Amino acid sequence: MLADLLARFGAHNYMPFLKRPPARFVTESGAEVFGVLAEFHTPAAVYHAAEKVRDAGYTRWDVHSPFPIHGIEDAMGIKRTILPVIVACGAFTGTGLAYLMQWWMSTNYRLPVQGKPPEAWQPYIPIMFEISVLLAAFTALFVMLMLNGLPRWHHPLFRSDRFLRVSQDRFAISIEAVDPKFDPHAARKLLETAGAKTVELVEDPS
Amino acid sequence: MTSINPDKVTAERLAGLATAPGVSHPAPGTGDGSLVDDPAVRAPLVLNNRSFTEVTDIICGYTENKPGRWWLPVFGLTSTLAGLGTVMILYLLITGVGTWGLNNQVDWAWDITNFVFWIGIGHAGTLISAILCLFKQKWRTAVNRSAEAMTIFAVICAGMFPGIHVGRIWMIWMVFPIPNANAIWPNFRSPLLWDVFAVSTYFTVSLLFWYMGMIPDFATLRDRAVQRLRKFGDAAQTLPFTSIKVDNLRAYGYGLLALGWRFSSRHWHRYEKAYMLLAGVSTPLVLSVHSIVSFDFATSVLPGWHTTIFPPYFVAGAIFGGFAMVLLLLIPARELYPNMKDFITLRHLENMAKILLVTGMMVGFAYSMEFFIAYYGGNEYELYAFKNRAGGPYWWAYWTMIFCNVVSPQLFWNKACRQSPIVIFIVSFLVTIGMWFERFVIIVTSLHRAFIPGQWGMFWPTAVDIGIFIGSIGVFLTLFLLFMRFLPVFAMAELKAVLPQADPHHEPAGHAAGGGH
Repeated sequence: MLADLLARFGAHNYMPFLKRPPARFVTESGAEVFGVLAEFHTPAAVYHAAEKVRDAGYTRWDVHSPFPIHGIEDAMGIKRTILPVIVACGAFTGTGLAYLMQWWMSTNYRLPVQGKPPEAWQPYIPIMFEISVLLAAFTALFVMLMLNGLPRWHHPLFRSDRFLRVSQDRFAISIEAVDPKFDPHAARKLLETAGAKTVELVEDPS
Repeated sequence: MTSINPDKVTAERLAGLATAPGVSHPAPGTGDGSLVDDPAVRAPLVLNNRSFTEVTDIICGYTENKPGRWWLPVFGLTSTLAGLGTVMILYLLITGVGTWGLNNQVDWAWDITNFVFWIGIGHAGTLISAILCLFKQKWRTAVNRSAEAMTIFAVICAGMFPGIHVGRIWMIWMVFPIPNANAIWPNFRSPLLWDVFAVSTYFTVSLLFWYMGMIPDFATLRDRAVQRLRKFGDAAQTLPFTSIKVDNLRAYGYGLLALGWRFSSRHWHRYEKAYMLLAGVSTPLVLSVHSIVSFDFATSVLPGWHTTIFPPYFVAGAIFGGFAMVLLLLIPARELYPNMKDFITLRHLENMAKILLVTGMMVGFAYSMEFFIAYYGGNEYELYAFKNRAGGPYWWAYWTMIFCNVVSPQLFWNKACRQSPIVIFIVSFLVTIGMWFERFVIIVTSLHRAFIPGQWGMFWPTAVDIGIFIGSIGVFLTLFLLFMRFLPVFAMAELKAVLPQADPHHEPAGHAAGGGH
């Protein structure tokens, strides 16, 4: 039960001791199929292909590009991220913690200087602001990585030599085998008609 | 992959020595082609019609290829200076602050001047990376990485000085609210404590911002190293290495830093949002940090320090000094690596020269307003402090500051001057000197004639003072040289995103414009 739940969220990708869910597709050599990878040469080509993949109803797929392509969220149908709300929570947590820290320390060790009451909140403002910014920044970076499922230093896509060029000057679409609609032949055909230069099958040997 | 063994034409083109066939020469009167006056023509952000491949090859080439012959001697010099500074600091710690020139009258002097000088220099990096990002100034992509690196290194240099200024450095942990056996806590009403929080937050957030920007570029360097390893058939990807190749180290080192980034658009979406959020929180942060530094002075009752103009005046001065330092580093860099001129164009330099002019006028306004308020406020101590600044024993420091900060940037009203790298370099050099003197003038001239003659004295630096300052310059330059050698010097992903062909609706010339969107 728990193992199924963890597998659904891909926990076995991060914790290799967990049981992997059974493979839906295997190659002739018995390796699990990760998905298909299609290569494109221009942002325009990958943009229009992404629209076609989106309209075909796939959900577990991705566009890979060396830089964020303007408007690709619409072409892929990506929903807005929840990140700003989480960062705001982080920031206000910082504000509250900084106030509590200063109030507690000032009232527990009452410094009789400057003739001002230790409970006064006004001098706490600068540090409240700084700690808010600090926690907001940490939240922004680490929650972004967490939502992205990073760090994850291994990935089946890295096995493809073509995929490695995406970090320089190529564009790619990957459709994963865990997608309920996935079928290797249909996915390949869709990507080929969408204008892919090459389409290859990516294996995930365990 | 061409940057490892390129053919002659490619090598020359990548080195910026020759233009490829078919690349038109810039129109007359536009400098390198970026100084277009016509508002209907969009000036190119990257020159020479570079492709994605070339941008990657050039920028990765700085870390993958051997540096020029100049690198090692220059690195040797700067690290020697850094070593000299370290020896001076050790001497100070062993002997005591008596080796410095400060005394009972002028008890904040050289060290705090250096602290404010360095922390101010850091501000341009955050300004370029955060504020220009929020304003969608695309030209920032060519300079933001090196400016952010400069910020980190300047804050490291700045952080050194308060540490050694406390005299008993083994007590420095008392500035942080750490539980201790005496059950005492810091004074939260002191701006000096606010400064501890401001500067440490600033350093941390700048570091996060810098690192986050580099994640995709580390991934590019990682993938290129892995590609080369696979090409030559020895993809020995497991430890222990049987034979260590540089590319193995690169694949591991950059790979570890890249966190497994795989250029996914779903990741890019959150990444861009996180980047904007970081820019959004860094903008008020950068303004707050130098405001709080100025509170160290403004909340005292000393004439010359106790003024409300300090926060905006310090922030403007910080941006002014920081941009001067950015130019001071980038102008020689683009001469040493000629292909950098395609990314850091004359227009970039001109834009930064204009910022120098604006912020120089702002500090000039602040200098004159201080004098006006000293006269108009009717406080005789205040008026004396300012008369003494301009005509007292430290008149030479004051007038050096005025000449460097207010007079020299006026050259930039002239178009030819703000488009000439050599003139910009000289003015930036003067501004850096002037901004150091500004902090010296504020700190030392205000302290050396306090309320009663018993508090009067003079400050002269000792060899230890000067040695530690030169050492901090050495640390700064050494770190910057290491950055240029081992890290992605330009924000590669962002730079590719501002190329014309990066637009998904861009159609190559000669084709009919695609309909739709």
